[in-house]
Amino acid sequence: MSYFIDRRRNARHKSAVNRQRFIRRYRKHIKRSVEEAINRRSITDIERGEKVSIPGRDISEPVFRHGNSGRRTIVSPGNREFVEGDRLRRPGGRGGGSGSGEGNASRQGEGVDEFAFTLSREEFLGFIFDGLELPHLVRKQLAEVEEQRPVRAGVSRQGVPARMNIVRSMREAQARRIAMRAPIKRALLEAQQALEEEERKDPVLRNPQCIRELKEEIARLERRLAAVPFIDTYDLRYNNLIDQPQPSNRAVMFCVMDVSGSMTQNHKDIAKRFFLLLYLFLEREYERVELVFIRHHTAAREVDEEEFFYSRETGGTIVSSALDLLSQVIAERYPPAQWNLYVAQASDGDNWDDDSIRCRELLEQTLMPQLQYYAYVEITPHAHQALWEEYERVQARFEERFAMRRIVEPGDIYPVFRELFRSREEGSGA
Amino acid sequence: MSDSVSAIHDEEYHARGSDWSFADLEYYEREINRIAGEFGLDIYPNQIEIITSEQMMDAYSSIGMPVGYSHWSFGKQFLSVEQAYRRGQMGLAYELVINSDPCIAYLMEENTLMMQILVMAHACHGHNSFFKGNYLFRAWTDASAIVDYLVFARRYVAECEERHGVDAVEQLLDACHALQNHGVDRYKRPSPISAEEESRRQQEREAYLQQQLNTLWSTIPQAPREQRAPAGDDPLGLRDRPRYPAEPQENLLYFIEKNAPLLAPWQREIVRIVRKLAQYFYPQRQTQVMNEGWATFWHYQIMHRLYDDKLIDEGVMLEFLQSHTAVVAQPPFDSPYYSGLNPYALGFAMFSDIRRICETPTEEDRRWFPDTAGSDWLETVHFAMQNFKDESFIQQFLSPQVMRDLHLFAIVDDDQDDMIEIDAIHDERGYRRVREALSAQYALGQREPDIQVWAADVHGDRSLTLRHQRRDRRELDASLAPVLRYLHQLWGFPVHLESVEDDEVVERHSWPEA
Repeated sequence: MSYFIDRRRNARHKSAVNRQRFIRRYRKHIKRSVEEAINRRSITDIERGEKVSIPGRDISEPVFRHGNSGRRTIVSPGNREFVEGDRLRRPGGRGGGSGSGEGNASRQGEGVDEFAFTLSREEFLGFIFDGLELPHLVRKQLAEVEEQRPVRAGVSRQGVPARMNIVRSMREAQARRIAMRAPIKRALLEAQQALEEEERKDPVLRNPQCIRELKEEIARLERRLAAVPFIDTYDLRYNNLIDQPQPSNRAVMFCVMDVSGSMTQNHKDIAKRFFLLLYLFLEREYERVELVFIRHHTAAREVDEEEFFYSRETGGTIVSSALDLLSQVIAERYPPAQWNLYVAQASDGDNWDDDSIRCRELLEQTLMPQLQYYAYVEITPHAHQALWEEYERVQARFEERFAMRRIVEPGDIYPVFRELFRSREEGSGA
Repeated sequence: MSDSVSAIHDEEYHARGSDWSFADLEYYEREINRIAGEFGLDIYPNQIEIITSEQMMDAYSSIGMPVGYSHWSFGKQFLSVEQAYRRGQMGLAYELVINSDPCIAYLMEENTLMMQILVMAHACHGHNSFFKGNYLFRAWTDASAIVDYLVFARRYVAECEERHGVDAVEQLLDACHALQNHGVDRYKRPSPISAEEESRRQQEREAYLQQQLNTLWSTIPQAPREQRAPAGDDPLGLRDRPRYPAEPQENLLYFIEKNAPLLAPWQREIVRIVRKLAQYFYPQRQTQVMNEGWATFWHYQIMHRLYDDKLIDEGVMLEFLQSHTAVVAQPPFDSPYYSGLNPYALGFAMFSDIRRICETPTEEDRRWFPDTAGSDWLETVHFAMQNFKDESFIQQFLSPQVMRDLHLFAIVDDDQDDMIEIDAIHDERGYRRVREALSAQYALGQREPDIQVWAADVHGDRSLTLRHQRRDRRELDASLAPVLRYLHQLWGFPVHLESVEDDEVVERHSWPEA
């Protein structure tokens, strides 16, 4: 009458489609929530998921129902002191310890409550970086260092067990079995027929010798038949992979940050947040993006990620030191013919006076011709200084590929970031 | 010595501790089945599925159905359940049961052995026998066809999404969902659903429907001459025609499906799907108290019998009683935990009380229930389960004893009076009025506004007019405007809604707004 089924191994996330439908429908709301969240949260813990709220009225599913007007009779449990005919003051609003009447009126009301739910980390990052891309990314054909990608190329007789093609192997085995067994079977059949014929003869006419031989023959053939292996190493087939050279869109991002004494802790935090955002974006979007971290005060140094984001220094500022190091690294490791080169620089705009001119020259003459895109963010509430002015001249010359923005408070980081890395199609539409 | 004692113990009780195995479940299911059979519970075969909590959340969001079409509202449901569950604001139900043949019940793997036994008694025998026995379910739903129909619906909606785009289908479903509570036949038995039949006839229907519609909207029906005399400016009686539809129509979605001028055939089919599913759930909405009460009543009887038969020990029994008490708890109206009448509590109290009235009637019971008092309790509870819905069940069986136990009282809340009046309490003068009011409270006809199709202006501007029969000045909620907008999307021409009280139109709403 009853039977049990263990469904625990069945697919989970049967509602995944519905969940996506929901997120798709409320894209706008969620995006707004995500933007607020980024500005509110420390960027270092941005990698968690995010709780998102959508106003209840935007999300309710309306149906015809009664409002609260008119004359209603309501039955409730738990009477203690009331007697018939008592008149009571109507409890104000929903509070006041009286639940009477609410059973009906607000049971199905989704009301004005916020609808809150949690986005997964993936979904959250997806919203953060939605519509962003590295500008001017081009595929660069690589002459020497060719990128290899394994592609499927039929089947072969050699390979590792993990890549065994079971269907093909079984087919080969079956073909071999048929081929090897057919002659034996035929001989066996003949022998059996001969034996039958012999046995059907009158006992006087039988040839015992012949019968014995035939029986031996049959036994021998049956042994041979049984000896044909079900599967043989000879049958095994493997999926074959060969390496194919690939045109590559390799890119390298240089993150340049001023860590001099004039950068207050606040400035540095903003700069770090900007770079962290950039870092997350690149990590997520591009498989083959290399990152180079350069920090500088009076002298520049290439550092690893950890040190770039988390250690502190003081001192004066010579921006050109970083640019020198930059062009040196490019020359040594990232020939522009093979790499898309991007630079993002953050600074408070402070620099030795003479140095700003040198920076412009460096940029105009050596760097910009090699670079895909240069983004400069200046973190300062004050008036711009020489560096900004010189950079403006660079921008005038390389309008397409040189961008500069100012950030005053943490709240500006995300909008500026979006503006700098907005996908071009989206950008031209706006 | 101690070894032999525990050996005896082991033999005596099958249940040990809280872990369970499939062998345990099968053992207890057999025993419960035996006991339920002795009590005369007639059930569909049980298909009991063990699932994880995640799968339970999935099941929640699809109204418990094993398959369903995709829609964002189910995603919303899922997200809110998930959120509440993750933060520990809400526990998941221990069980979910579907009115199908075989009757599908989900058991969560996290449940203790006691809980699994309880759930099997509650769902697989309580609810199951209710689905099979109650007249509403017998008359209005087709347990054997529902799962196939859901599969058909899912595939059809998915096909439409492919052909017409996800957005178009989503928009249509939104509109249909807004009207689904008014997409049921209340008085006419719907034709049984069958997936096979649906698929086979669907194309035929598409062609036929379109043809029907064209007739409706293109030809001008002859007004019966004797019905109206030519009058005024219209001597030929061109404008003087009988209203269409001739009788008001309660099933809005059915009317839309058959009459909306502009819907494409696939859109009509989707309207039909939503309507059919709403119809399937209609009996459930009317038998909440009875259904839960019946299942609770029986798990209580069965657990006690298992204990009496020495199949479960005191530990399991105590655990059960604790859980049962929580299920049937009814906090008073002024408690912070109060959230309306608990259908489990009310239903359990009423079925238990019927048994009490049968077995040990008091003087009062004999006065109130002359037919029931002293009758065979098993027959009487079955009769009550089979032939009533919440509304009539309360009207028929709510006894003074239960009203006193629950301290029920009725208030009148009138917006023209700034005080609330206590209308009746659980005393000799109030019993009947409390019972009357509680019965009305569970009548779907009163809980939901009465809205019907009044007229479709087939010869004029093609506008559609609905009539809301208003009672006691109870107006419609502000959600009315978006619903009218959805209705307009389906109908394609202006829609009006008139609220009528005492034969007088008291309010008019239109979309697009005039």
